[in-house]
Amino acid sequence: MNAITLSPQDLAMAASLVAFDAALSLVLRLGLHRQVLVAATRMVVQLIAVGYLLRVIFALKNPLATLVVVLVMAVIAAREIAARPERKFRGFWGLGLSAGAVALATLVTVGLALATAIRPHPWYDPRYAVALVGIILGSVLNAGSLSLDGVVGAIDRERAAIEAQLALGANFRAATSRLMREAVRRGLLPIINQMSAAGVITLPGIMTGQILAGLDPMEAVKYQILLMFLLAGASGLAAVAVAFAAMRRLTDDRQRLRLDRLH
Amino acid sequence: MSEQSDVSKPAPRLSLRGVRSALAGPFDLELLAGTCLAVSGASGAGKSLLLRMIADLDPSTGEVRLDGVLRETMGGPSWRRKACYVAAESGWWRDTPCEHFAPEHREAGRAFAMRLGVREGAFDEEVRRLSTGERQRLALVRALVLDPPVLLLDEPTGPLDPESVERVEAVLAERLAAGTTIILVSHDPSQAKRMGADRRLMRNRRLEPLS
Repeated sequence: MNAITLSPQDLAMAASLVAFDAALSLVLRLGLHRQVLVAATRMVVQLIAVGYLLRVIFALKNPLATLVVVLVMAVIAAREIAARPERKFRGFWGLGLSAGAVALATLVTVGLALATAIRPHPWYDPRYAVALVGIILGSVLNAGSLSLDGVVGAIDRERAAIEAQLALGANFRAATSRLMREAVRRGLLPIINQMSAAGVITLPGIMTGQILAGLDPMEAVKYQILLMFLLAGASGLAAVAVAFAAMRRLTDDRQRLRLDRLH
Repeated sequence: MSEQSDVSKPAPRLSLRGVRSALAGPFDLELLAGTCLAVSGASGAGKSLLLRMIADLDPSTGEVRLDGVLRETMGGPSWRRKACYVAAESGWWRDTPCEHFAPEHREAGRAFAMRLGVREGAFDEEVRRLSTGERQRLALVRALVLDPPVLLLDEPTGPLDPESVERVEAVLAERLAAGTTIILVSHDPSQAKRMGADRRLMRNRRLEPLS
């Protein structure tokens, strides 16, 4: 591999593009220059911090440290999912069911990858585990938040229609099955877009990164295909799990519609 | 209670004992088969809450019985199929009214719609093109075709013109004569009189007798 190492000067050159954005905002009076600069600074600080953290974690090769990092990432993803719908669950249910879905989707797909395709030694080698979890959580977050927002939004909007069905003796499941399907479909759209655009409209980030780092394109492509499959599986699991859990929480043993469990 | 008195006094069709939620009650009621109770009261007094609690759409404590059988001995959907609630604001989940009926109920549904004075053709039009009154009557028809022993009607004639009101009342009177028990939320005292209904007033989320 002949990766070209970037120097601080190289990064400073690229940063002038951000300064250009800020100048643009000043000239056109977009009022965005502050936000652009703050966001760029945040990005740099966050990534450098992560870089150092990963360096430490990679050097430790300690399963416990790896687990802690993975858990923190997963909880942040769950919080983002739970925060998405306009009306939120009372108590810790929103965070709880999001965390359950994130855990399920991530464990299954990362576990599958580490046990079959990638098989690092040891299997918990943070270089693989943390990186995989990071990529997969992105898709889980997308699919889970769209699905949860879909379920909660639709149930709130369609309250009269759902209760009219319940009042005529319909099961809760039957009265909400269409909403459920729509929510899961929404959750799966991003990964479908991502897969159909891959390589034609966009060069996926991982693949581009590996090619820039000097890897043979075909090797990079194989990695990308594996990852896309993992992301597709994780998206599906997250979307379905979140939708089912949310529906379950919005009804009870008498199959009522319990909108009182939302804020 | 002895066997004798059980026979002489039949179990009421619908009975409520100490039914309450955090929002309303307690309510105690006994309604015989084929009788009608009209509940009036200011908006927000708790009239809809009462009907929703009986239908088990809102959680409540206390005893609700149908022909002496406790509500909790059957599942929520089976209960609601027997104590059918028709909301003041009708809900729809498909394109045309017809699609809201099971195939075996469509013919009866059309017949009821005609009797209630719903414009011919409305049954197969898109729901969003129908008038509020048409939607309200068709929502009532959805419950009527199920022929439940108890009907819980929330302002069934609210948005209707006098002629349609008369038609709805005629159909409801027929159901009463056939033994259906009806609880009706109505602001019209003369309607209760025409239906031969007992009247109660809902005030501060409690039921009071109307003198």
